[in-house]
Amino acid sequence: MSNGTFDGYGGRHVPEPLLEPLEQLAGAYDDIATDDEFQTDLRGLLEAFAGRPTPLYHASNLSERYDAEIYLKREDLLHGGAHKINNALGQALLAKRAGRDRLIAETGAGQHGTATAMVGALLDLETEIYMGKKDVERQEMNVFRMRLMGAEVNEVTRGGEGLADAVDAALEDFAKNVDDTHYLVGSVVGPDPFPRMVRDFQSVIGEEAREQIRERTGELPDAAVACVGGGSNAIGLFHAFREDDVAFYGAEGGGDGADSSKHAAPLANGTDDVIHGMKTRVIDNDVDVHSVSAGLDYPGVGPEHAMFRAVGRCEYQGVTDEEALAAFRELSETEGIIPALESSHAIARAIQLAEDGEHETILVNLSGRGDKDMETAASKFEL
Amino acid sequence: MTPEPTAPAFDSDVEAAIRENHPALITYITAGDPSLEDTKAYVEALDRGGSDLIELGLPFSEPIAEGPTIQGAINRALEAGTTPAGFFDLIDDLETDAPLLVMTYYNMILQFGNSEAPCASNSNSEAPRASNSDAASLRNEPTVGPFVERAAEAGLSGIIVPDLPAEEADPLRTACDEHGIDLVFIVAPTTEGERLDRIMSQVSGFAYVQARLGTTGARANVSTATHESLSRLSDYDVPKAVGFGVSEGDHAAEIIEAGADGVIVGSALVDIIADHGAGGAPAADALESKVRELKRGAVRGGDATTDEEQPEPEHP
Repeated sequence: MSNGTFDGYGGRHVPEPLLEPLEQLAGAYDDIATDDEFQTDLRGLLEAFAGRPTPLYHASNLSERYDAEIYLKREDLLHGGAHKINNALGQALLAKRAGRDRLIAETGAGQHGTATAMVGALLDLETEIYMGKKDVERQEMNVFRMRLMGAEVNEVTRGGEGLADAVDAALEDFAKNVDDTHYLVGSVVGPDPFPRMVRDFQSVIGEEAREQIRERTGELPDAAVACVGGGSNAIGLFHAFREDDVAFYGAEGGGDGADSSKHAAPLANGTDDVIHGMKTRVIDNDVDVHSVSAGLDYPGVGPEHAMFRAVGRCEYQGVTDEEALAAFRELSETEGIIPALESSHAIARAIQLAEDGEHETILVNLSGRGDKDMETAASKFEL
Repeated sequence: MTPEPTAPAFDSDVEAAIRENHPALITYITAGDPSLEDTKAYVEALDRGGSDLIELGLPFSEPIAEGPTIQGAINRALEAGTTPAGFFDLIDDLETDAPLLVMTYYNMILQFGNSEAPCASNSNSEAPRASNSDAASLRNEPTVGPFVERAAEAGLSGIIVPDLPAEEADPLRTACDEHGIDLVFIVAPTTEGERLDRIMSQVSGFAYVQARLGTTGARANVSTATHESLSRLSDYDVPKAVGFGVSEGDHAAEIIEAGADGVIVGSALVDIIADHGAGGAPAADALESKVRELKRGAVRGGDATTDEEQPEPEHP
């Protein structure tokens, strides 16, 4: 990999004023993150603060129903309820070491903003979260959580008042305040070094899972499955298995379906293009980006996934809103685990694979818990 | 001197417009804000008021280089249904003295290529079923050629792409050369050394000097970073125009006095358009008089420097 690209995807497609700060950040990352002391400190926080390692759980009821061995990597049990904390801790620690005293982040549903607020409080960094006004209104509980932990939540009223506008506002802040501010990007997206940096911080998921499943079964799984929005939990799971004979499956937000004009599946149904500072797969401009889960509701995807797709290393497919909701309900009923709607896409895909019968042992990243989705569930299932 | 018209004094219309009208005023508005019909009237007003070059923004939904003012304009233009096809139809219709440039994001250029290319655009109905072991390349390389070709055909003289770093610009540079169009790059206060050299080796028409860090938007005063940037660029031959934060004639004067060949004004004009809501003649008149004020300021700044520097001779 050179110049921050993944076989031509990625790069730094940003306005000129951001190039120098990104160069500095890449330098700081290369220097600091490889340092033993940094790694020891991060490891300590991941264990004591975030709750690592997370269990690998054999979903025996689901396995029996579909005649396959389905294992769940329980990232939903982490502090904050999702894998987001792995990355937030890594970047915040890096920012602290690099002498920054302020964190900013964008957030859609508020999960990444909450993770950023947690690490900001922990490491005593001033924290400002950009969140579209529409999302602020829809996700009141997360706004309260962020404020309670001392973060300033900045309502973004420009544009469509959503995640994309929050990204724009955060980039604007970053460009103006590069000297004291770290932009804590929430997924494996954006300009280099973010995609590789976030991947490295999330790779702990797959590293643990690889050891755990070998201890448990004596071998590697046949398939690894994860949902893909920006793609950080998926890369985090896949990375440790990339040289192994393990098939990868990415479940994108299929929305109303692959052929509809409402989905969030740029890998399965998009084109090569540039967005948010990276060359990657992007949904066409005439498609409305849509998924029932806020975390998958994104028009682009991490550039490393675009590369995996191009070389045939991973198969990506949209899982529709309907399929994801069915899996959400099924895992709740069979295993007593309520998955996040995002992770439900991965569960749905794993069930399809089990039904196909091609793979015996299937490892699924249960990237988050579903508590945040209760209102959606209540309205869909008339609970 | 031959009696018949010969090759122009400058390779490019854009460079000529700046050199021959020194100190030059470059104006920006977003196409389609609030409608393409209004844009036509506004561009004509900018031209009448004395703009030497006019930049038109082709709206893209993720404009990461813009501040709230121009983002607002872009959103209004998108809500009005502005598309690349409609944009080019507008350019086809426009007749201005000032050469026109398009300012847009790389996404728009690539998507135009995708939709024009014979087999690049597809919904990949088979691709997602490819198995993991299938190593066949599923890449569909987008191309920049169709956009540049259409731009040249419509009569545009230049392209500015804020999210295209010089490192990635070879394909667009080549296409622009093929069609005789300028490719303008932005130079930031933080741009220096190797990156500055690389940008200056790719740039044509003029160098867009960003006056300060951050995104576009009208500000209260002119930054000292402008002076530093201009002195860093003094060894390069291409004209230098300063933008980001210029809203008044006095700013324009100060910037020209600092050694710039031109000033670029966007947000202050977009504000006028936003204030007039639905558009119409009052907005066009207000734009025209603002442009006159800015041009007067630029000329004033130019007069202040004439003692040291002889301006370019006027061409008829």
